[in-house]
Amino acid sequence: MQLFHCPFCGARDETEFHFGGEAGNLRPDGADAPADRWANYLYMRDNPKGAVREVWVHMNCGEFFVMERDSVSHQVLSSTSLDGAGHAQ
Amino acid sequence: MTATRLSSGGSAIDRSRPVSFSFDGRKLQGFEGDTIASALLASDVAVVGRSFKYHRPRGIWGAGVEEPNALVDISGSVATTPNTRATTEFVLEGMIAKSVNASPNAAADRNAFIDRFSRFIPAAFYYKTFMWPDWHLFEPRIRAVAGLGEVDTGWQSSGPADQINRHCDVLVVGAGPAGLAAAKLAAGAGQSVILVDGQREPGGSLNHRTGEIDGKPDAAWVAETIAELSAAGHIVLPSTTAFGIYDHNLVGLNQRHVDGRPDTLWRVRPRRIVLATGAIERPLPFANNDLPGIMSADAALIYLRRFAVLVGRRIIVATNNDSAYEVAGALAEAGADVTLVDSRKDGAPAAPEGVSRMAGRLVAAARGKVRVEGAVLDDGTVLEADCVAVSGGWTPTIHLFCQARGKLVWSEAQAAFLPGDPVEGMAVVGAAAGAVSLSGVFEGAAKAMPGATTSPAPRSTGVEATGGILAAWPIPGARGRVWIDYQNDVTAKDVELAARENFISVEHLKRYTTLGMATDQGKTSNLAGLALMGAATGRTVPEVGTTTYRPPFTPVPLASFAGARGGELMSPVRRLPLENVHRAQGAVFQEYGGWLRPAHYGGADADRAIQDEARRARQSVALFDGSTLGKIEVMGPKAAEFVDFIYYNTMSTLKPGRCRYGFMLSENGVVFDDGILVRLDEHRFVVSCSSSHVAAVHARLEEWRQDRFGRDAVYIHNATSEMATLTVSGPNAKNLLVALNLGLSLDDTDLPHMAIGEGMFETEPVRVARVSFTGDRSYEVSIRADRAERLWARMHEAGKAFDAVTIGLEALMILRAEKGYIVIGKDTDGTTLPHDLGVDGPRAKRKSEYVGRRSLFTEVAMPDSRQQLVGLAVARGEEPLATGAHGISREGGKLRSQGFVTSSYHSPTLARPVALGLIERGAARHGETIDIQHLGMVRRATITGPCAFDPSGERLNA
Repeated sequence: MQLFHCPFCGARDETEFHFGGEAGNLRPDGADAPADRWANYLYMRDNPKGAVREVWVHMNCGEFFVMERDSVSHQVLSSTSLDGAGHAQ
Repeated sequence: MTATRLSSGGSAIDRSRPVSFSFDGRKLQGFEGDTIASALLASDVAVVGRSFKYHRPRGIWGAGVEEPNALVDISGSVATTPNTRATTEFVLEGMIAKSVNASPNAAADRNAFIDRFSRFIPAAFYYKTFMWPDWHLFEPRIRAVAGLGEVDTGWQSSGPADQINRHCDVLVVGAGPAGLAAAKLAAGAGQSVILVDGQREPGGSLNHRTGEIDGKPDAAWVAETIAELSAAGHIVLPSTTAFGIYDHNLVGLNQRHVDGRPDTLWRVRPRRIVLATGAIERPLPFANNDLPGIMSADAALIYLRRFAVLVGRRIIVATNNDSAYEVAGALAEAGADVTLVDSRKDGAPAAPEGVSRMAGRLVAAARGKVRVEGAVLDDGTVLEADCVAVSGGWTPTIHLFCQARGKLVWSEAQAAFLPGDPVEGMAVVGAAAGAVSLSGVFEGAAKAMPGATTSPAPRSTGVEATGGILAAWPIPGARGRVWIDYQNDVTAKDVELAARENFISVEHLKRYTTLGMATDQGKTSNLAGLALMGAATGRTVPEVGTTTYRPPFTPVPLASFAGARGGELMSPVRRLPLENVHRAQGAVFQEYGGWLRPAHYGGADADRAIQDEARRARQSVALFDGSTLGKIEVMGPKAAEFVDFIYYNTMSTLKPGRCRYGFMLSENGVVFDDGILVRLDEHRFVVSCSSSHVAAVHARLEEWRQDRFGRDAVYIHNATSEMATLTVSGPNAKNLLVALNLGLSLDDTDLPHMAIGEGMFETEPVRVARVSFTGDRSYEVSIRADRAERLWARMHEAGKAFDAVTIGLEALMILRAEKGYIVIGKDTDGTTLPHDLGVDGPRAKRKSEYVGRRSLFTEVAMPDSRQQLVGLAVARGEEPLATGAHGISREGGKLRSQGFVTSSYHSPTLARPVALGLIERGAARHGETIDIQHLGMVRRATITGPCAFDPSGERLNA
């Protein structure tokens, strides 16, 4: 079981967290957003090997945050609260 | 073999406490402290089981967790458990032990004939033989003949297993000399220590090997060290196995209890892990090396010194290394006639006193039918013996190191894989790291505990063990049947067959031959298999490599992982504040979306009660507990903008004090939730979402808040459980509410449909929302949850004058279906878009952004042929349609689904069935008939609008 770092609560067991998607998946607004961009936003994921940036939520406190971690070594590199600017979508 | 219990000695047993138990129906005696294995040996029971595949007789090999042969099913006075190792299970009064894969018993097994056909059933024969016509035809018979213990399907847990979470500075796994030294050093440096050992008594090899530490006998040093650690508040856990290392240094421990309690699971997160897990002795490869009476030399010493069992009278000790010399000497001293056969010509220690030695000789084959009777050496010499104690060298127990992704390095000198580059936060010490002498062990332990210099490391002051070894691996083409994996019946020939058929990768070898795949996970066999594969393919052992080490190291009961999460706690239900009141009213409860709610109030005749409740609700007035409805408050300067974005419908135009029904969509456009939004004031809304969706909606709101709007722009508070919501619905709803004197105007101009008012019930503020899920005039009265009981009682009192009926969820489902009101997830599925439900306005008109918007304009969202919400009518007097039944068409003779029935009930008010469905092009097909198929039966239904009752909505204001 991994230890994730909630920016609000600190280190907690991974079972307390839910995955929220890859970070940096910017949302194209508008009914006329190009179909391929919208499809990318909805469905296409990179799933890289190594360093990844992901959105997670700590279910216990409701904090959504961006976590950088290594998908191979499972090392957690950083956790950052969302800034409300839509960067994490 | 004629094993006997000696009249004195045995450090593990208490002769004053005899224990009787049975094995394969035979009554036997042992002593308190005996394992099943030591008690069986003391009674000279040689054959303790039958092998997995060939039904060969098998005896006890080892004295610990590595035991491949002596598996027993236990029951009687202990919890029924299959496949426990006789070497680690202690005898208890009244225990019933039964050998595995033998019928009627191990000594006389009726399937023993299978071994005569072994030539025809090599590794993987079943892959080749039972392909045609179908493996599944043969599987049941094969499974019945091959296998191990039997599961008791009637097993009941005696209670939940405890689970304990702990942090510590240092977790030491193994309480032999290395582990004790490491624990002592860590404790001396002020670190918190947890020390675990799989054995009941700590000490490891010190319990049966000779040594002297710091000038004391080793047993005294062990006792003193344990006492010191315990006194200083460190945790010492005997009978506890570290079975797995998981991410971020989480270690799983399984603790056994002598009193029969279920095992305890420990999750320990240490800063540092010290593995002092020792090493496991290997067999020697000679023909028939699986005969009962052939056992690990170290085990023979353990049985002698710990249990006072002398394993034979004429014993051959066959070895390729120094460690068996102490064994040979001790057995001779105990009175056995011992011949030491050492494969080394030179470089071996002096023969112990009273032992005749044959140097430079190998055992070529064991002789005997059901137990060993002697051995033939490579020069043809025949020796008689009733026991052959063998040592093929030592395999360091590096399982946990490898689970933590540690890499191994091959030591040719020690003929073993040793831990390579250190893993962060982990040290390996003692025999697990290849140390042999106590001096070497202590030196390694001191090195592994940097900074722990405050107390000196223990010193070995006695005779030291030496580690000379000449590797003895199986050789391709050897005569006879040389067993590699006892438990899965894999012989050298099987490994050679795998090599010939090109299954030469270590992972292929494992799966093709099942080498190392048994419950012992190849603790005694893997290395010999790798070495043989190497020899057969011209590779070295490290070139062949090892298979992946995975948890658990030893079997762990599933009950340990489940812990308390069983029965009612498996998936706990949410409960209403008024649950006990409903029970007193005769409610029958069911789980709905995680909530335990009254289904109806009618006792055994559910259908009649539900129909009755639904009918009476339309006649006068109904009372309903709607407390589960979501109540999520959305506040803040950007609250209006926020709800506009969250909802499909425009919500910012809502006036304070008013309510609006709307959908929430997922980003893929699918309707995710529906419900009422209440605007309390300019910057404050209440999201009333579906009962089963509250947590999901709340999480979704938080995500958009934190990611898109900003933490200071919007605040979200889930108040669902703070308030109870009691609903009054029906033609007399207003009259009943008037009688409650809530101190607010119920006049339709002050409180029209879709408006809220604030009032007082006695001294408690209440919020009255005039919204309806029944199609009748309804008031939802919300009050602090802990004050709801009184209000509910008053509603019933006042209701008497109107013949009020209390209704459960089932009746409500009928009422809402009569009106064509949907339940998300029941009348919709994972493809339903809002316009499929007839709500196209926002899609057509809204200019501002909202969740899921772009998805409503994709290619799949546009066609008229989508499945759309409809009503489905059948003739009066017919049974309701089956929910889930498909609307079908025949096109070119082919049957095709056009959609399906989503909700279907008998309406007592309309005196006919009502149904909702999702049907292709349904919105444009009102009046058409459609075939509805269910379980081969086809019925006709007429497609209608969803609303079957009061379509003009007059009753909402009646």
